[in-house]
Amino acid sequence: MAAASVEVSDLSVDFPLYHGTSRSLKRRMFSTVSGGRMGADAKNRVVVQALRDLTFSLSSGDRLGLIGQNGAGKTTLLRTLAGIYEPVTGRVHVEGTINALLDPSLGMNLDLTGRENITLRGLYNGLDEDEIKRLEADVESFAGLGEFMNLPIRIYSSGMMVRLGFALATSIRPQVLLMDEWFLAGDAMFMEKARVRLEDMVRGSEILVLSSHSEGVVMEWCTRVIWMDQGRIRMDGPPDIVLEAYLGRPPVRAQPVKPEPETAIVEAAE
Amino acid sequence: MLYRPGRMTVAITTGAGRVTSMDVRTDLSFAARQRMAVRDFGEAIRLWPLCWKLSWLDILLRYRGSTLGPFWLTISTAIMVGAIGFLNSVLFGMTLREYLPFLALSLVLWGFISTVISDACACFTGATATILAVRMPFSLQATRIVVRNVLVLGHNIVVIVVVDLLLSSWPGGEALLAVPAFLLWIIDGIAIALLLGAFCSRFRDIPPIVASVMQMAFFISGVIYKPEQLGTSRWLLQFNPFFTILDIVRGPLFGQIPGWSTYVSAAFFSVVLCAASWLMFVRVRERISFWV
Repeated sequence: MAAASVEVSDLSVDFPLYHGTSRSLKRRMFSTVSGGRMGADAKNRVVVQALRDLTFSLSSGDRLGLIGQNGAGKTTLLRTLAGIYEPVTGRVHVEGTINALLDPSLGMNLDLTGRENITLRGLYNGLDEDEIKRLEADVESFAGLGEFMNLPIRIYSSGMMVRLGFALATSIRPQVLLMDEWFLAGDAMFMEKARVRLEDMVRGSEILVLSSHSEGVVMEWCTRVIWMDQGRIRMDGPPDIVLEAYLGRPPVRAQPVKPEPETAIVEAAE
Repeated sequence: MLYRPGRMTVAITTGAGRVTSMDVRTDLSFAARQRMAVRDFGEAIRLWPLCWKLSWLDILLRYRGSTLGPFWLTISTAIMVGAIGFLNSVLFGMTLREYLPFLALSLVLWGFISTVISDACACFTGATATILAVRMPFSLQATRIVVRNVLVLGHNIVVIVVVDLLLSSWPGGEALLAVPAFLLWIIDGIAIALLLGAFCSRFRDIPPIVASVMQMAFFISGVIYKPEQLGTSRWLLQFNPFFTILDIVRGPLFGQIPGWSTYVSAAFFSVVLCAASWLMFVRVRERISFWV
């Protein structure tokens, strides 16, 4: 398989806003939170310019962190890289298998059991029966949910949901992994396991794009950081330099996560 | 600020059923957009096991925890057929033996048509979470609606069979003519799901309009009365797409092969529907994720 790569050139994405009660009210609200990025097009429709003229490229081994305020366009960029939103102008070219972890319950059905959801995810990814069996075994051993695997995920705690989601997403080895910061909600023991697994994946010359608010996470995981501001790239460079400019002070590296004794997770899973 | 609607093409090469390469860019040509729409269908076909599973889950989850499960569908249809059957045979002055087989067939088939159409409105808005979480062919959602309703129809056919058994009113060999007609229904179903699905996600006023049109269509399309009962006004039915499309499946199953004008009308309306649906889908496919 060819090496993974991501090419983004002159990418812009606009959000047309059609469904609302009061346009004027909406306009007023949005101009506050979006820093004046609301406008009307030729047909007088209200649009939000979510992404503006982005150009960057990633190659095998890159671990990109996206930082910026809420509404800076981080999630929209992840969705566009995943092919969910198609660009209004510009181009997105991704070589390699993509997997996007944008929402912990992504594509999962709350009324199905953990096991059934694994099968469903396998089908979403076009896997055959054998591959789904392997997926199930892998997710089961990694997520460590024990008997909960046979219960509807509606009753899962958010941590359990994250473990299942993370295990699922990383079991189907993507070459390009797009991730929102939700996965950090896992317990300490799980974080250690997650780190090993993620590092393993990135070492296999894959690409990670991670959107995060946490400087510790970005410092630990990323080799490059893009600072998004009002849909544009404000700064692009090594994590410490960009974070320092973003925070206005030198970034603090996160404390290494100490694995807890094995018993802790067994209790948690039962 | 100028808003330019997106026009683009995506090239997806897949390996082992997965997206291995994606190239999305601005592209103005109709041909390129059409290729994208074709590719959407191609992916949906490849993901058929997923479509099948989702359709089943739609039904199973609705009835999970209930003892009879999906057979509640059968029971409620049976009660409906029984009640309307008794009432109308009195109103219309027909014997039950004459009227009930017609009504059972009519109501079950109409149930399929009207649920496909009302489900079509929620084709994409009902799948918002999935659409915003993973890149999926949109035609898969449309197919899922049709497959789900074929499964429901499968449960309701029991009612027709029981009525035919009780009244020994089996159709003859002409019933086979219903098979190609039903295939046309499936194609029309996917077309209407794509068309209404996209339209309803863009314009939220459409679902209530569709609901009232369907209610009216139920009364004007000869569902609970026989076309003969209309007397000299009967020819008007040939211009009602709901009637002619219903009749190409119902007629043969009832032992009455519809006239050529019914077939011509059904084919004409189907072609118009499919063409409209295709043009719409080619035009707005990539906008749907912004609308849901």
